[in-house]
Amino acid sequence: MSLKTRIIPCLDVKDGRVVKGVQFENLRDAGDPVEQAKFYDEQGADEICFLDISASHEGRATLYDVVSRTAEVCFTPLTVGGGVRSVEDFRALLLAGADKVAINTAAVKDPDLITRASRQVGSQCVVVAIDARRVNKVGEAPKWEIFTHGGRTPTGIDAIEFARLAWKNGAGELLVTSMDKDGTKDGYDIELISTITSMVDIPVIASGGVGDLDHLVEGVTKGHANAVLAASIFHFGTHSLAEARDKLKEAGLEVRKVI
Amino acid sequence: MLTIIDYGYGNLRSVHKAIAKTCDIDIFVTNNPDLIAKSDRIVLPGVGAYKQCMDGLKAIDGMVEVLENKVLKHGTPFLGICVGMQLLADCGIEFETSPGLGWINGKVTRLEPNDKTLKIPQMGWNEVTPLGNKVFADAWDNTQQDVYFVHSYAFRAENEEDIAATCQYGDDTFAAAVAKDNIMGFQFHPEKSQKAGLKLLEAWLKL
Repeated sequence: MSLKTRIIPCLDVKDGRVVKGVQFENLRDAGDPVEQAKFYDEQGADEICFLDISASHEGRATLYDVVSRTAEVCFTPLTVGGGVRSVEDFRALLLAGADKVAINTAAVKDPDLITRASRQVGSQCVVVAIDARRVNKVGEAPKWEIFTHGGRTPTGIDAIEFARLAWKNGAGELLVTSMDKDGTKDGYDIELISTITSMVDIPVIASGGVGDLDHLVEGVTKGHANAVLAASIFHFGTHSLAEARDKLKEAGLEVRKVI
Repeated sequence: MLTIIDYGYGNLRSVHKAIAKTCDIDIFVTNNPDLIAKSDRIVLPGVGAYKQCMDGLKAIDGMVEVLENKVLKHGTPFLGICVGMQLLADCGIEFETSPGLGWINGKVTRLEPNDKTLKIPQMGWNEVTPLGNKVFADAWDNTQQDVYFVHSYAFRAENEEDIAATCQYGDDTFAAAVAKDNIMGFQFHPEKSQKAGLKLLEAWLKL
């Protein structure tokens, strides 16, 4: 009897539609994030994550509608991130029905925003998303740098130091994505995940690079992550959430009993 | 008619939707004590810091008086969720000791899992063991189920008979639910616990 490892499917949302969506025949509208969230909810996702990559103002407005419609039908914790810049953005998303809000670029520019947000809405709602890329040369000690704006902009900031700062400033959780691994399907950057996990006292979600179910297991057994996030392996029907739970269970990890 | 108290803290929308999903009762999300005075059931959600939540409740003119009158004198069914449950205690010890409603004796203190690998807050799904309470018996046949927790503090009830269900985080066995007469509290979020949570809300609404 203990806290279970969370398995979190993640959906990229742009202008209110899912990009790289779930490809299942039983969905009425495969591009609708609400339909897809509902699908994962029914499969017993432990949480669901929406990352909004809308560039336009209209796209943002649509996001609130998506979050609100999702909250009507999913009784699963929902994390929403992308484009969050102020405490007001936190409030608006939480009011729409998000349970947690992830910040990335804005937190790097202004780490005090983490403190202000956690005081206003509670630490448990504040997820700091860290996009990191390995910058050490071969043979050197491992080093990662923070990248912002969806992983495009280098900042010169050390990822491990920033993770600690985010924790100290009141983040409730860290979502750590390896930009080197993202989309590669060769597994998480275990060294990055385990280094950050050992340096902070708050939960860490491993992200970036999952290509098969063993990678999820490694995220926990080797990376010591508290939750594992993946996108494509679930979207394309390669694996179901039930299979993911079974795999973790086989590895001796505790997973949720879904009723 | 059921009221969900809006005092600035809590995931009101989720709680509202989950209750609406499980029953046909009229639901109002309100900070109006007059409306609460007329309700047949009262739900108090809550997230964030103990003192802030208690202050928020007290800041609404007449709110605590109406609640005491309804819940303690008239026996109106009351459900506290997360910090809403913790406020039932005599006091909460967070940065300082601050008084709660004092309806169920006990205090709220930090989780102590005694295991460095266990993070605070406890965030995620953990197993709850019912201790014979009717709501859990009706909803879950008294079996253990996983529900969703997000908290750093826990309710330490003075009287064991007030604990309706327990949960374990490392070394720390704490009250996952408390119940006394018409008063009930869930430390976890039933509104975010899928079927297991909805069944509990349904059972409570039928009490």
